[in-house]
Order: sequence, then C-alpha cells, then structure tokens
Amino acid sequence: MAYPYVSDLEVRVISKYFGDPGQRRIDTYVERGGYKGLQKALGLEPDAVTEEVKASGLRGRGGAGFPTGVKWSFMPKESIRPHYLLCNADESEPGTFKDRELMRWDPHQLIEGCLIGAYAIRAQHIYIYCRGEFFEVNQILARAVEDAYAKGYAGEDILGTGTTIDITVHQGAGAYICGEETGLMRSLEGERGEPRVKPPFPAAVGVFGMPSTINNVETLAAVPHIILNGGEWYRQWGTEKSPGTKLFCVSGHVQKPGNYELPLGFPLIDLIEHVCGGIRDGNELKAVIPGGSSVPLINAEDSSICTLDYEGCVEVGTMLGCASVIVMDHKADIVKQVRRMVDFYAHESCGQCTQCREGSAWTARILRRIEEGQGTEEDLDTLMEMTQQMVGTTICVLSDSVAAPVQSSIKKFKDDYLALIRGGERVGAA
Amino acid sequence: MAELVTLTIDGQEVAVPRGTTILEAAKQIGKQVPHYCYHPGMSSPAMCRLCLVEVEGAPNSMPSCVTAVMEDQVVHTESKQALENRRGVLEFYLVNHPLDCPICDMSGECDLQDYVHAEGRDRGRSDEPKRVFGRDDFGGDVLFYGDRCVMCTRCVRFMNEVEQDQRLTVVERGNRSVIDTFFEEGLEGTHWHGNIVDICPVGALVSKEFLHKARAWDLERTSSICPSCSQGCNIELHTRDNLIQRIKPRENLEVNGWWMCDFGRHNHEWVNRGGQLEDPLVRGPDGVIGAAGWRDALGDLLQHVRGVGGARVKAVATPFASNENLGTLAELVDALGGGDMVYRSVRAEDEIVLKGFPTLARRKDLAPNTSGAELIGFTRVGDDQAAGGLENIATYDGIIIIMGDELSDQEANFGKEAALFVYMGDQQSPAAENAHFVLPVSTFAEEEGSFTNVAGRVQCFSPALKASGMARPAWMILGALAAELNKGDAPRSAADAFSSLASRVEAFAGITYGDLGTRGVVVNETYVLSEN
Ligand code: SF4
Ligand code: SF4
Ligand code: FES
Repeated sequence: MAYPYVSDLEVRVISKYFGDPGQRRIDTYVERGGYKGLQKALGLEPDAVTEEVKASGLRGRGGAGFPTGVKWSFMPKESIRPHYLLCNADESEPGTFKDRELMRWDPHQLIEGCLIGAYAIRAQHIYIYCRGEFFEVNQILARAVEDAYAKGYAGEDILGTGTTIDITVHQGAGAYICGEETGLMRSLEGERGEPRVKPPFPAAVGVFGMPSTINNVETLAAVPHIILNGGEWYRQWGTEKSPGTKLFCVSGHVQKPGNYELPLGFPLIDLIEHVCGGIRDGNELKAVIPGGSSVPLINAEDSSICTLDYEGCVEVGTMLGCASVIVMDHKADIVKQVRRMVDFYAHESCGQCTQCREGSAWTARILRRIEEGQGTEEDLDTLMEMTQQMVGTTICVLSDSVAAPVQSSIKKFKDDYLALIRGGERVGAA
Repeated sequence: MAELVTLTIDGQEVAVPRGTTILEAAKQIGKQVPHYCYHPGMSSPAMCRLCLVEVEGAPNSMPSCVTAVMEDQVVHTESKQALENRRGVLEFYLVNHPLDCPICDMSGECDLQDYVHAEGRDRGRSDEPKRVFGRDDFGGDVLFYGDRCVMCTRCVRFMNEVEQDQRLTVVERGNRSVIDTFFEEGLEGTHWHGNIVDICPVGALVSKEFLHKARAWDLERTSSICPSCSQGCNIELHTRDNLIQRIKPRENLEVNGWWMCDFGRHNHEWVNRGGQLEDPLVRGPDGVIGAAGWRDALGDLLQHVRGVGGARVKAVATPFASNENLGTLAELVDALGGGDMVYRSVRAEDEIVLKGFPTLARRKDLAPNTSGAELIGFTRVGDDQAAGGLENIATYDGIIIIMGDELSDQEANFGKEAALFVYMGDQQSPAAENAHFVLPVSTFAEEEGSFTNVAGRVQCFSPALKASGMARPAWMILGALAAELNKGDAPRSAADAFSSLASRVEAFAGITYGDLGTRGVVVNETYVLSEN
C-alpha cells in the first residue's frame, strides 16, 4: 500500500517506511538496520546516551518543545526507587495524526526509542499509554512488543547485556486530558484522569510516586537514529535552535493533506503551496492554525512569512505545538471553526479548575449564540476579557487552549464575527 | 524548631517555618486569602484557583494554598492581578449558580456569598441558560443541591482521606462534573459524614435535620464541649428560641481537629426535651412535697442535714456533670463526714475511630466526664447500660444524694428508708418519690463549667440556653451548703468552684479556670486514666 501523499521536498527519517506494512515485522525491521541503535546505546553509559541526545538538540514533539536530553538529565542518577519511562501515545489534539502513523507503520522504531530512553534514564519499566480509540494501533503495538520480547530486545537481560526493561502497552479510555503528562500518570495509576499541580515534577514524583520521564511518540521515534548516527548528524537539518526533522500533519483546504516529514524551519507557505499542492479549488488562503487546535490561528499575511520552527511560529504570535497544520481557505467559517474547537475543549476539560470548567462551557455557549445570529458586540468584549482569565491561571494548559483560538480569531478575523452579529451576508459557507 | 523563612506579604514582613504555604503564612498576619478547595485537614489539589496571588518575579499568579514560601519572596494578595483573578473566578462560579440564597440554608454563612459581596462584579455577564442538576438524597443526614456546588471536592476528599470510606466521587467531567454517591448506598452507615456539610463552602450539602430550621443570622453560637462521649470534641451550640438547633465542631487540633462524629452531632434532643424541673420541691413536716424558693429550700435542707448528724453519705452522680459540680458534691460529702461516691454510665461496645485523624474516636464511654468523676473520687458501678449497682443505696437509711442520675432503672421505693434523700436533676424521676428534697439543676448547655476528657484534658463550656424556672447549677446549691458546714465562702462562679476543686484534688492542682481557654489544659500527668 502506497502512502497517500509524498513529496520530493521531504526528508524522511522517521517516516521512511510509512505505507510499508512489511516494516511492522520485526525481521524486516532488523534487516533494515533496526535495533542497532539500541545495541549501541547499551554499550554506552546511560549518561552518554543522554549526552548524545542533548547534542542533537532534539526537542519534545508533543507540543511543548522542551529539549529531550535535558529532560532526561533531570532524572535521579541512582535508581534506589524504580524509574519509569512513559511514552505519551494518547494523541488526541484535533488536527494531529502523526503518532498514529508512526505507531501504525513503524512500531519497532518507537519501541527501540523507548528502550534507549529507558536505558538512559535507568528505568526498568516502560508504559506506552496509547489512545484508546486507536484499536488497530493498539493491536500492532501489542504484537510488536511481543516480538521484541521474543527476540530478546525487551524484558530480562536484553541482548545479553544484563539490562532488564519491561514494556507495557496501556490502552487509554478516551479522554483528551489523559494526554497531559500528569493526567496521564493519574490515569495510569487507575485514578480519574486529572492533571495535578507541579511541583513536584515527574522526574522527582511521577507515576506511582516514582521518578518518571514522559516523552511523545515522535520524540522517541527519532532517538534510535540519533544514537546510531550521532547528535551532530541530526543537526544537518533544521535551525540552530530547532534542529532535525518533524512530521507535519496537514489538514484542511489543501489539495494534498497528509503527513509530511520536513526539516524544521521550513516556510509555511512552501508547505502549503509546494508540498501540499496549494489551496483546494484555487481558492485563497484565509487562516492557518500551525500547531494543532490549541495554538492561536494566524491570517494569510502572517502565514506568508511564518517558518515552521519553534521560534518562527512565536515570531508571528502563534506556536509550533505538535505541528498539526490546519489550513482554511476564504470560504471557511472562522466563527464556526472556533466554536467547534471550543466545544471540544469544553467537552474535554477535566473540570477541576474553575476557569476552565466554567469558562470553556460559557465561551462555547456565547460562540454558539453568535453563530446563530444572536450575538452582540459586547459579547466580543466579554469573550476577550473572560478568556484572558483563563490564561496562566489553571493547573494545566487546556484552559489556555480555549483562549488561544478565541482571542486570536477575534483579533485577526473580527469582521467575521461582526458580520454574524450585524446580520446580512455570512462570511464563508463551509 | 524548623528554620524560619522571611517574606513580605502585602508590604508586611512575616517569618514562618520553611515549608509553610503562602496561604498559611498570610493567615499569620491576619490576611485570609479567599479559597475553596484548600482545607488544612486534607490534601490540597489546588484546583479551585481562587487563592491565586501575585508573587513578584513569577510569570503567572501562584496558588497560595500549595506554594511554599521562599526567602525574600514578595507576595501581593490584594494587587490588581490578584483581585482580577478573584473577580474572574467568582464570575465563573455564578455562570451556573442558581442564586437561590433566599431558600438556601447556607445563606449568611456562605463563602460564595461573602466572597462575591466583597470582591465580585456587581453583576454577572452571563445571559446563557443555566445548567441544572437538581437535588439528590445522599443518604444519612445529607441532601445535595447540585446547582450550588462549586466543585471544590472537599466532600469527596473528606470521605476518601479522613473517614477513609469511599462513598462520594466526581462523576463526568468538565462543566458536567457533579458529585455523586456510589449506587444507592450513599452515606448511609458512615459515622462522620456530618462533617462534609460543615466543610462544604456553599449550600450544596445541607443537613436534613437542620433543613430550613433557622437562618444562619438568627442563631446564637456558644462554645461548648460535646457531651456525647469522653473524647470531648470542641463544639459550638447553635441555638434559637432557647433550643439547640444544631451542633457544629469547633477546631481544636489537640482533640478533634475540625471534626466531630454524627452521633454527637445529632444527640441533642435530650437537652431540648420539655418537662424540666422548675422549682425546688421540699417535703414538709406533713409529708407532702411542695414548691419552695431557694432560700427556704436551702435553709430547710441545712437544718435537715444537721438534724441527721453523723450518718455517712451515699452519693450517686452522673458523669454528665461538670468537674465543678462533681467537685463541689465531693466537698459537701467530705463536710458531712465522708461516704461513698459512685457514678454510672453507658458504655458502647466499640470505639469508632476517625481513620484519617486517629486520635479522634467516638469513645466507648458515652459520657463527657467519666475521667473527671474518677479523678475526683467517684467509682463506677452498674452495667454498660448504666443500670444496676445501686442495690445497697436503694435501701440505705443514711443520707442519699443523687446528682443528675435519673434512676430510670430504680423502683418507686428507692430511698424509702433514707434519713435524708436529696434528688438533684433537670427532670423529675419516678424513683425520687421518697425524696425529701427535689432540686432543679441546669444542664451542661445552661451553665458554665468544665469536663475532663479521656486524655485528661480539662476543657470548659459556656451557657447557651436559659435554664428552666429556678434551676441552678448544682455547684451553686452544693457549694452553699458546704460553705455553711465548713464556715467558708460559697463559690460565686464556676471558676470559684473549680479553684476549690484544684485546691482539694491533686490532679487539678495548679490549674485555674482561666487557664482552660479555648484549647483546654491537661491534668497533672501522674494521674493515669482508666482506658476510655
Ligand atoms: S486547566 Fe482544565 S483540563 Fe487542565 S486541570 Fe484545570 S480543569 Fe482540568
Ligand atoms: S458539594 Fe460542597 S464540598 Fe462537595 S464539591 Fe460541592 S461545594 Fe465542594
Ligand atoms: S484553595 Fe488554592 S487552588 Fe483552591
């Protein structure tokens, strides 16, 4: 099966075998050079592995962009208490579908990355917390883990080195908030999936009260390549501060939506025009959400100068997030899109923090009223001011994720709102 | 002593032990940072986000309930940033709140009402239809008004962490979250659930017993000690119309923390029951008993006592009597040449320990002052139902003094042979038919005094109700008689009665009534108390 869309501009490091079911077989994986990174890592001191990852400049691909090697180095050096490596595979951000593909096509790449990471942080146990709705992926992962055990890459005395690392694939039960790291840990412990305040940070008090590190699927998938080829090698792509390659999940009004692996720093407009074949039906670009539904949206003008790296996105007032690029053309109904996102967050708020619990639902109701033509101009002031109360005041950033699309859309696309409020011609018809 | 950290809160310097939270540090300089989810007796989820304060240098406002103080930290609890946050959060709370204060039992003592009045917007901006959960019976004494809930989860945490009997949980998520019980079971059969009504900061959890009984502002609140077992929980009696309307625990970390058991909380009907004795009754020379004033009654009694002369006394007291009453009775018995002093009390089969605060238990001993009675020299007789044990007193021909024991298991011929039979109580007793004197005394709720709890802690209580008719504290009656016999001064107050006790009974030596304060004082250590 060929992968739907590919582009010559791609640099396929972790997505090389997308579309090739053969890669799921452990023998094929090994034949193609798999588990060599693990072998090499096990020959090094754990700290040397961490150093290599530090040198690569790899940053967390789950959204926050925190340097992975630095995160690993926060783990205690002794292992008097059990350490855990948690792989966050609860991919649920609207617009994001990269981890699913990584696990679906190349499960061993992830398992190898997990094992290397676990070795580096002296963890004896890995939990892969996989989104519950990914039935197929869960099966593929379970099979791959079984194979890895059978071939001696996981479990006791890995490759005869005396290192023991176990892997458990845990199927989530369908809550977005379990993708937040502390929510994930709570859920894994069998509690309600609710984030908790930090400090203490997971490296000190993580899952089951033990030192833990949590990394995204894509982050860990890159690790075997970095260990095998060296940190410097990884830096041949991307920018000084955002090195390496990244999967971009492009959706919306482009000709060829899909997953594309590109060097960081790639111009957004080139992604749309050259990688994805431009806007559908020859329409005009209106707005882009470059990092998944929780980051501010930008207009066509900003899109034309935005580069897709952590810093480039911040420069135009948004964030790279998990690089889920949602493209909207001039027919898009911005208010409706924002309302749908807010509905999603209101539905997924765990409900602990007042601002998030009440604010998200209230915001959704106001937006729906505006959408139905019952809004007032004061509503926009209320929305701006009220969502401001939701920024930086809560336990986790879900609350901020409500504010981002609302505030950015009111700032950049106020006319869309006013048109609905004042009646008359409605902007967009999607 | 833990190392001290110095910081500045609202321009005021304060030094607190390392590890103290900003919220607790602020308390020390008299600043109450508004909060809901935080409760000092439970874990802190930092989820209501009402307690956020501005900390200079921090990128965001910090939850003061979990943020530990740092050296040289500069905190603002009333800056624009902090106030804006509170205004915002309070507005969010009201988006779905029914604003049914006029029919809410919490009105007048509600944190939401208070906070919104103090710092909220003058009107909310939400015009949207409100979410409706309605009312639910949680079992036990608790009703749940879902729409008033602020989702602080204190109730859930109390049941999980303090009572350690998981009966409540949060169901659903986001703004559909609601507190609920598991299946039909609810809170039925738990022993401490009344506390969740106390700690609910709003009127979401209310007591069925108290439902619509009184408005908070119509209640008088009096510090007292729970009389229902020997733990001696610190309580407040909430009264109106000279009746106890409800009992609430009062914080004392040495005794009950913030809590009290359901048994004690609801065991107050006996104080409110009618039919109290009102007048001193004196048996005249004709053998007919009739009402008299105190002066005559006491004059007669004194004469009678002198007339009997030499007979030893047999005294039966209730361990519901205060140290002062028991002490004065003992003093009188002494003045009369001595005798036997006994008490009877009900004992339950089991202790009910509050697992998350294990120094607190509903004790087996269901009376507040058995320790005091023991220390003062009374001996326990009778069985665990407080029955029996008075066989040799019932037929005694000397002086019998009954104080508070209602003799409910005794026959009408009790004390028939007695040369002098004095019955003191707040209720008439059928077994007091032969009494020469029936003297009305006040209950613990009507007088001042102290109890000694299971751990030897002497704690005082204040009068919350007016005694019926001419009823008086027992110490006043007994003290007057003892003073006559001893040619001393009669006690004029509970404090006088206590100091006379302290001078006579070694266990209380050196303690004054004034020392007891709101926390109590433990009796001299050498006095080991019997279990429970
Ligand atoms: S911000 Fe929202 S989702 Fe995050 S912990 Fe608070 S209530 Fe839960
Ligand atoms: S019922 Fe009361 S104590 Fe329980 S969560 Fe709601 S407001 Fe808090
Ligand atoms: S009291 Fe601090 S967050 Fe609730």
